[in-house]
Amino acid sequence: MAAASFDALRDAVRAHRPAVLVTVVDGPGAGDKLLLVEGDEPAGSLADPDLDRVVRRDAAASLAAGATSVRRYGAYGEANENTVTVFFESYAPPPRFIIFGAVDFTAALVRVAKVLGYHVTVCDAREVFATTARFPLADEVIVDWPQRLLEKVGATLGPRDAVCVLTHDVKFDVPAIVAALRTDVGYLGAMGSRRTTEQRADRLRAEGVTDAELTRLMAPIGLDLGARTPEETAVAICAEIIANRTGTAAPSLRTADGPIHR
Amino acid sequence: MKDLLRDLDRWRKQGKRVALARVVDIEGSGPREPGAAMAVSEDGEVIGSVSGGCVESAVVTEALDVLATGARRMVSFGYSDDDAFAVGLTCGGTVHLFLEPLDW
Repeated sequence: MAAASFDALRDAVRAHRPAVLVTVVDGPGAGDKLLLVEGDEPAGSLADPDLDRVVRRDAAASLAAGATSVRRYGAYGEANENTVTVFFESYAPPPRFIIFGAVDFTAALVRVAKVLGYHVTVCDAREVFATTARFPLADEVIVDWPQRLLEKVGATLGPRDAVCVLTHDVKFDVPAIVAALRTDVGYLGAMGSRRTTEQRADRLRAEGVTDAELTRLMAPIGLDLGARTPEETAVAICAEIIANRTGTAAPSLRTADGPIHR
Repeated sequence: MKDLLRDLDRWRKQGKRVALARVVDIEGSGPREPGAAMAVSEDGEVIGSVSGGCVESAVVTEALDVLATGARRMVSFGYSDDDAFAVGLTCGGTVHLFLEPLDW
Protein backbone atom coordinates (compact mmCIF):
# COMPACT_ATOMS: atom_id res chain seq x y z
CA MET A 1 0.00 0.00 0.00
CA ALA A 2 1.22 3.51 -0.81
CA ALA A 3 2.28 5.68 2.12
CA ALA A 4 0.49 8.92 2.97
CA SER A 5 3.24 11.14 1.59
CA PHE A 6 3.72 14.87 1.40
CA ASP A 7 4.24 14.52 -2.36
CA ALA A 8 0.86 12.82 -2.82
CA LEU A 9 -0.84 15.55 -0.77
CA ARG A 10 0.91 18.30 -2.76
CA ASP A 11 -0.11 16.69 -6.07
CA ALA A 12 -3.76 16.40 -4.98
CA VAL A 13 -3.91 20.04 -3.85
CA ARG A 14 -2.23 21.23 -7.05
CA ALA A 15 -4.74 19.31 -9.14
CA HIS A 16 -7.60 20.88 -7.10
CA ARG A 17 -8.68 17.42 -5.94
CA PRO A 18 -10.45 17.28 -2.56
CA ALA A 19 -8.32 15.46 0.02
CA VAL A 20 -8.14 14.72 3.74
CA LEU A 21 -4.85 14.26 5.57
CA VAL A 22 -5.36 12.24 8.75
CA THR A 23 -2.67 12.40 11.45
CA VAL A 24 -2.56 10.65 14.81
CA VAL A 25 -1.42 13.55 16.99
CA ASP A 26 -1.58 12.01 20.48
CA GLY A 27 -1.53 8.53 21.96
CA PRO A 28 -0.14 5.26 20.54
CA GLY A 29 1.00 5.62 16.93
CA ALA A 30 1.42 9.41 17.11
CA GLY A 31 2.59 10.62 13.71
CA ASP A 32 0.81 7.82 11.78
CA LYS A 33 -1.02 9.09 8.72
CA LEU A 34 -3.72 8.33 6.21
CA LEU A 35 -4.28 10.31 3.04
CA LEU A 36 -7.66 10.13 1.38
CA VAL A 37 -7.94 11.77 -2.04
CA GLU A 38 -11.37 11.83 -3.64
CA GLY A 39 -11.71 8.97 -6.11
CA ASP A 40 -8.53 7.17 -4.97
CA GLU A 41 -7.87 4.33 -2.57
CA PRO A 42 -6.72 5.65 0.84
CA ALA A 43 -2.93 5.72 1.29
CA GLY A 44 -1.23 4.75 4.55
CA SER A 45 -2.63 2.89 7.54
CA LEU A 46 -2.93 3.17 11.30
CA ALA A 47 -1.41 0.70 13.74
CA ASP A 48 -4.59 -1.03 14.86
CA PRO A 49 -6.87 -2.50 12.16
CA ASP A 50 -10.08 -1.58 14.01
CA LEU A 51 -8.90 1.98 14.65
CA ASP A 52 -7.86 2.14 10.99
CA ARG A 53 -11.33 1.09 9.84
CA VAL A 54 -13.16 3.61 12.05
CA VAL A 55 -10.80 6.44 11.13
CA ARG A 56 -11.16 5.69 7.40
CA ARG A 57 -14.91 5.96 7.76
CA ASP A 58 -14.58 9.31 9.56
CA ALA A 59 -12.02 10.49 6.97
CA ALA A 60 -14.55 9.83 4.21
CA ALA A 61 -17.13 11.89 6.12
CA SER A 62 -14.63 14.74 6.58
CA LEU A 63 -13.84 14.63 2.86
CA ALA A 64 -17.51 14.88 1.95
CA ALA A 65 -18.09 17.78 4.36
CA GLY A 66 -14.77 19.53 3.70
CA ALA A 67 -14.40 19.59 7.49
CA THR A 68 -11.22 19.98 9.56
CA SER A 69 -11.46 18.69 13.15
CA VAL A 70 -9.97 16.51 15.89
CA ARG A 71 -11.62 13.32 17.10
CA ARG A 72 -10.74 11.05 19.97
CA TYR A 73 -10.96 7.27 20.08
CA GLY A 74 -10.01 4.28 22.17
CA ALA A 75 -6.88 2.35 21.14
CA TYR A 76 -9.10 0.04 19.05
CA GLY A 77 -11.27 2.77 17.58
CA GLU A 78 -13.90 2.84 20.33
CA ALA A 79 -16.11 5.91 20.49
CA ASN A 80 -16.32 8.00 23.68
CA GLU A 81 -12.76 7.18 24.65
CA ASN A 82 -9.72 9.33 24.86
CA THR A 83 -6.61 7.24 24.19
CA VAL A 84 -5.92 8.33 20.62
CA THR A 85 -6.33 11.86 19.26
CA VAL A 86 -6.66 12.10 15.49
CA PHE A 87 -6.53 15.27 13.39
CA PHE A 88 -8.54 15.33 10.16
CA GLU A 89 -7.37 18.14 7.89
CA SER A 90 -9.48 18.78 4.79
CA TYR A 91 -8.05 20.25 1.65
CA ALA A 92 -11.03 21.46 -0.33
CA PRO A 93 -10.43 22.90 -3.80
CA PRO A 94 -10.93 26.67 -3.94
CA PRO A 95 -14.53 27.83 -4.21
CA ARG A 96 -15.56 29.15 -7.61
CA PHE A 97 -16.39 32.75 -8.45
CA ILE A 98 -17.99 33.36 -11.84
CA ILE A 99 -18.38 36.92 -13.11
CA PHE A 100 -20.61 37.54 -16.11
CA GLY A 101 -19.77 40.78 -17.88
CA ALA A 102 -16.29 42.06 -18.75
CA VAL A 103 -16.90 45.61 -17.53
CA ASP A 104 -14.99 48.21 -15.47
CA PHE A 105 -16.15 46.70 -12.19
CA THR A 106 -15.04 43.22 -13.21
CA ALA A 107 -11.28 43.76 -12.94
CA ALA A 108 -11.61 45.06 -9.36
CA LEU A 109 -13.94 42.21 -8.43
CA VAL A 110 -11.47 39.68 -9.83
CA ARG A 111 -8.74 41.15 -7.62
CA VAL A 112 -10.77 41.08 -4.42
CA ALA A 113 -12.11 37.57 -5.14
CA LYS A 114 -8.54 36.35 -5.67
CA VAL A 115 -7.51 37.82 -2.31
CA LEU A 116 -10.32 35.78 -0.73
CA GLY A 117 -9.01 32.59 -2.34
CA TYR A 118 -11.55 31.98 -5.08
CA HIS A 119 -10.93 30.34 -8.45
CA VAL A 120 -12.20 33.17 -10.66
CA THR A 121 -13.82 32.91 -14.08
CA VAL A 122 -14.75 35.94 -16.20
CA CYS A 123 -17.28 35.25 -18.94
CA ASP A 124 -18.57 37.61 -21.61
CA ALA A 125 -19.89 36.91 -25.10
CA ARG A 126 -18.00 39.89 -26.50
CA GLU A 127 -14.57 38.83 -27.70
CA VAL A 128 -13.15 42.35 -27.63
CA PHE A 129 -13.79 42.75 -23.89
CA ALA A 130 -13.23 39.23 -22.57
CA THR A 131 -9.44 39.07 -22.78
CA THR A 132 -6.78 37.84 -20.37
CA ALA A 133 -4.94 41.13 -20.97
CA ARG A 134 -7.81 42.99 -19.29
CA PHE A 135 -8.15 40.45 -16.46
CA PRO A 136 -4.65 39.14 -15.83
CA LEU A 137 -5.51 37.82 -12.36
CA ALA A 138 -8.52 35.77 -13.49
CA ASP A 139 -7.97 32.02 -13.56
CA GLU A 140 -10.07 31.80 -16.74
CA VAL A 141 -11.45 34.31 -19.21
CA ILE A 142 -14.14 32.73 -21.38
CA VAL A 143 -15.78 34.16 -24.48
CA ASP A 144 -19.25 32.66 -24.44
CA TRP A 145 -22.85 33.31 -23.52
CA PRO A 146 -23.45 32.99 -19.76
CA GLN A 147 -26.19 30.39 -20.09
CA ARG A 148 -23.91 28.22 -22.24
CA LEU A 149 -21.10 28.35 -19.67
CA LEU A 150 -23.60 27.47 -16.91
CA GLU A 151 -24.91 24.54 -18.97
CA LYS A 152 -21.36 23.16 -18.78
CA VAL A 153 -20.32 23.98 -15.21
CA GLY A 154 -23.63 24.71 -13.43
CA ALA A 155 -23.97 21.20 -11.98
CA THR A 156 -20.62 21.57 -10.18
CA LEU A 157 -21.58 24.80 -8.37
CA GLY A 158 -22.42 24.54 -4.67
CA PRO A 159 -22.98 26.56 -1.49
CA ARG A 160 -19.37 27.87 -1.33
CA ASP A 161 -19.49 29.27 -4.87
CA ALA A 162 -20.64 32.64 -6.20
CA VAL A 163 -22.06 34.00 -9.44
CA CYS A 164 -22.05 37.77 -10.05
CA VAL A 165 -23.85 39.26 -13.03
CA LEU A 166 -22.37 42.64 -13.93
CA THR A 167 -23.42 42.95 -17.58
CA HIS A 168 -25.97 45.77 -17.11
CA ASP A 169 -27.67 44.42 -20.22
CA VAL A 170 -30.92 42.45 -20.02
CA LYS A 171 -29.99 40.61 -23.21
CA PHE A 172 -27.14 38.95 -21.26
CA ASP A 173 -28.16 39.12 -17.63
CA VAL A 174 -31.70 37.71 -17.80
CA PRO A 175 -30.61 34.39 -19.36
CA ALA A 176 -27.57 34.32 -17.05
CA ILE A 177 -29.73 34.71 -13.94
CA VAL A 178 -32.31 32.19 -15.16
CA ALA A 179 -29.51 29.65 -15.74
CA ALA A 180 -27.80 30.43 -12.41
CA LEU A 181 -31.09 29.94 -10.52
CA ARG A 182 -31.14 26.36 -11.81
CA THR A 183 -27.85 25.66 -10.00
CA ASP A 184 -27.12 25.21 -6.29
CA VAL A 185 -24.74 28.18 -6.27
CA GLY A 186 -24.57 29.71 -2.78
CA TYR A 187 -24.53 33.34 -3.87
CA LEU A 188 -26.16 34.97 -6.87
CA GLY A 189 -26.00 38.74 -7.29
CA ALA A 190 -26.76 41.15 -10.11
CA MET A 191 -25.61 44.73 -10.56
CA GLY A 192 -27.86 47.58 -11.54
CA SER A 193 -29.78 50.58 -10.25
CA ARG A 194 -33.04 50.08 -8.39
CA ARG A 195 -34.92 50.86 -11.63
CA THR A 196 -32.87 48.30 -13.58
CA THR A 197 -33.42 45.81 -10.79
CA GLU A 198 -37.20 46.25 -10.92
CA GLN A 199 -37.34 46.02 -14.69
CA ARG A 200 -35.11 42.95 -14.64
CA ALA A 201 -37.32 41.31 -12.00
CA ASP A 202 -40.34 41.83 -14.30
CA ARG A 203 -38.47 40.24 -17.18
CA LEU A 204 -37.36 37.34 -15.00
CA ARG A 205 -40.97 36.74 -13.91
CA ALA A 206 -41.98 36.81 -17.58
CA GLU A 207 -39.37 34.08 -18.15
CA GLY A 208 -41.14 31.96 -15.52
CA VAL A 209 -38.96 32.78 -12.49
CA THR A 210 -41.05 32.56 -9.32
CA ASP A 211 -41.02 35.08 -6.47
CA ALA A 212 -39.49 32.40 -4.25
CA GLU A 213 -36.63 31.98 -6.72
CA LEU A 214 -36.20 35.74 -6.92
CA THR A 215 -35.45 35.89 -3.20
CA ARG A 216 -32.16 34.10 -3.99
CA LEU A 217 -31.09 37.00 -6.19
CA MET A 218 -29.11 39.70 -4.39
CA ALA A 219 -29.96 42.76 -6.46
CA PRO A 220 -28.90 45.49 -6.36
CA ILE A 221 -25.69 43.61 -5.60
CA GLY A 222 -23.57 44.28 -2.52
CA LEU A 223 -23.67 45.56 1.03
CA ASP A 224 -24.68 49.16 1.56
CA LEU A 225 -21.20 50.52 2.26
CA GLY A 226 -21.58 53.72 0.25
CA ALA A 227 -19.12 52.25 -2.26
CA ARG A 228 -18.37 54.36 -5.35
CA THR A 229 -15.25 53.13 -7.08
CA PRO A 230 -14.98 49.70 -8.74
CA GLU A 231 -12.63 48.59 -5.93
CA GLU A 232 -15.00 49.72 -3.18
CA THR A 233 -17.90 48.10 -5.00
CA ALA A 234 -15.91 44.87 -5.22
CA VAL A 235 -15.43 44.96 -1.44
CA ALA A 236 -19.16 45.63 -0.93
CA ILE A 237 -20.00 42.61 -3.11
CA CYS A 238 -17.52 40.27 -1.45
CA ALA A 239 -18.58 41.46 2.01
CA GLU A 240 -22.17 40.53 1.12
CA ILE A 241 -21.02 37.10 -0.07
CA ILE A 242 -19.27 36.51 3.26
CA ALA A 243 -22.25 37.76 5.28
CA ASN A 244 -24.63 35.53 3.28
CA ARG A 245 -22.45 32.47 3.71
CA THR A 246 -22.04 33.00 7.43
CA GLY A 247 -25.69 33.95 7.94
CA THR A 248 -24.66 37.22 9.52
CA ALA A 249 -27.01 40.20 9.49
CA ALA A 250 -25.27 42.97 7.58
CA PRO A 251 -27.24 45.68 5.85
CA SER A 252 -27.62 44.92 2.16
CA LEU A 253 -28.71 47.44 -0.45
CA ARG A 254 -31.71 45.22 -1.10
CA THR A 255 -33.02 45.80 2.41
CA ALA A 256 -32.92 49.62 2.16
CA ASP A 257 -34.78 52.22 0.09
CA GLY A 258 -33.47 55.23 -1.77
CA PRO A 259 -30.66 55.78 -4.24
CA ILE A 260 -27.62 53.52 -4.15
CA HIS A 261 -25.17 56.40 -4.60
CA ARG A 262 -25.50 58.99 -1.85
CA MET B 1 -1.10 24.02 5.54
CA LYS B 2 -2.26 24.61 1.97
CA ASP B 3 -0.54 28.00 1.70
CA LEU B 4 2.76 26.43 2.77
CA LEU B 5 2.89 23.61 0.25
CA ARG B 6 4.89 25.51 -2.37
CA ASP B 7 7.61 26.62 0.07
CA LEU B 8 7.68 23.23 1.78
CA ASP B 9 8.18 21.61 -1.61
CA ARG B 10 11.08 23.96 -2.35
CA TRP B 11 12.74 23.26 1.02
CA ARG B 12 12.41 19.51 0.50
CA LYS B 13 13.91 19.77 -2.98
CA GLN B 14 16.82 21.70 -1.44
CA GLY B 15 17.28 18.79 0.97
CA LYS B 16 16.49 20.88 4.04
CA ARG B 17 15.12 19.25 7.16
CA VAL B 18 11.83 20.85 8.17
CA ALA B 19 9.59 20.84 11.26
CA LEU B 20 5.89 21.36 10.77
CA ALA B 21 3.54 22.85 13.40
CA ARG B 22 -0.20 22.61 12.79
CA VAL B 23 -3.10 23.99 14.82
CA VAL B 24 -5.25 20.93 15.51
CA ASP B 25 -7.68 22.31 18.07
CA ILE B 26 -8.66 25.57 19.73
CA GLU B 27 -10.66 26.26 22.86
CA GLY B 28 -12.42 29.54 23.32
CA SER B 29 -11.38 32.42 21.16
CA GLY B 30 -8.46 31.77 18.83
CA PRO B 31 -7.18 33.87 15.96
CA ARG B 32 -6.48 30.98 13.59
CA GLU B 33 -8.60 27.95 12.78
CA PRO B 34 -7.43 24.32 12.96
CA GLY B 35 -5.32 23.66 9.87
CA ALA B 36 -3.32 26.87 10.25
CA ALA B 37 0.33 25.90 10.02
CA MET B 38 3.87 27.09 10.43
CA ALA B 39 7.05 25.46 9.28
CA VAL B 40 10.64 25.98 10.37
CA SER B 41 13.64 24.86 8.36
CA GLU B 42 16.86 23.58 9.92
CA ASP B 43 18.54 26.91 9.16
CA GLY B 44 15.82 28.79 11.06
CA GLU B 45 13.70 30.08 8.18
CA VAL B 46 10.02 30.38 9.12
CA ILE B 47 6.89 30.31 6.96
CA GLY B 48 3.22 30.53 7.91
CA SER B 49 1.64 31.42 11.23
CA VAL B 50 -0.46 29.75 13.91
CA SER B 51 -1.78 32.73 15.88
CA GLY B 52 -1.99 36.47 15.65
CA GLY B 53 1.71 36.57 16.50
CA CYS B 54 1.40 35.79 20.23
CA VAL B 55 3.02 32.35 20.26
CA GLU B 56 5.05 32.22 17.05
CA SER B 57 8.46 32.65 18.62
CA ALA B 58 7.75 29.95 21.21
CA VAL B 59 6.62 27.65 18.38
CA VAL B 60 9.90 28.28 16.52
CA THR B 61 11.83 27.22 19.63
CA GLU B 62 9.75 24.04 19.94
CA ALA B 63 10.10 23.34 16.23
CA LEU B 64 13.89 23.61 16.32
CA ASP B 65 13.85 21.20 19.27
CA VAL B 66 11.70 18.80 17.22
CA LEU B 67 14.36 18.95 14.49
CA ALA B 68 17.17 18.42 16.99
CA THR B 69 15.56 15.48 18.80
CA GLY B 70 13.23 14.09 16.10
CA ALA B 71 10.52 13.89 18.78
CA ARG B 72 7.05 14.83 17.57
CA ARG B 73 4.76 16.32 20.20
CA MET B 74 1.57 18.15 21.11
CA VAL B 75 2.09 21.65 22.53
CA SER B 76 -0.61 23.89 23.99
CA PHE B 77 -0.55 27.60 24.57
CA GLY B 78 -3.19 29.46 26.48
CA TYR B 79 -4.18 31.69 29.30
CA SER B 80 -5.10 28.59 31.27
CA ASP B 81 -1.42 27.60 31.54
CA ASP B 82 -0.29 26.94 35.11
CA ASP B 83 2.39 29.56 34.73
CA ALA B 84 0.49 32.81 34.34
CA PHE B 85 3.59 34.44 32.89
CA ALA B 86 4.11 31.76 30.25
CA VAL B 87 3.66 32.56 26.60
CA GLY B 88 -0.05 32.66 25.81
CA LEU B 89 -2.75 34.09 23.62
CA THR B 90 -3.89 37.57 24.54
CA CYS B 91 -7.40 36.69 23.36
CA GLY B 92 -7.84 34.28 26.27
CA GLY B 93 -8.18 31.12 24.21
CA THR B 94 -6.08 27.99 24.14
CA VAL B 95 -4.46 26.65 21.00
CA HIS B 96 -3.29 23.03 20.64
CA LEU B 97 -0.51 22.40 18.15
CA PHE B 98 0.99 19.24 16.73
CA LEU B 99 4.66 19.47 15.84
CA GLU B 100 6.50 16.89 13.79
CA PRO B 101 9.43 16.53 11.44
CA LEU B 102 8.27 16.70 7.82
CA ASP B 103 9.82 13.35 7.01
CA TRP B 104 6.82 11.66 5.41
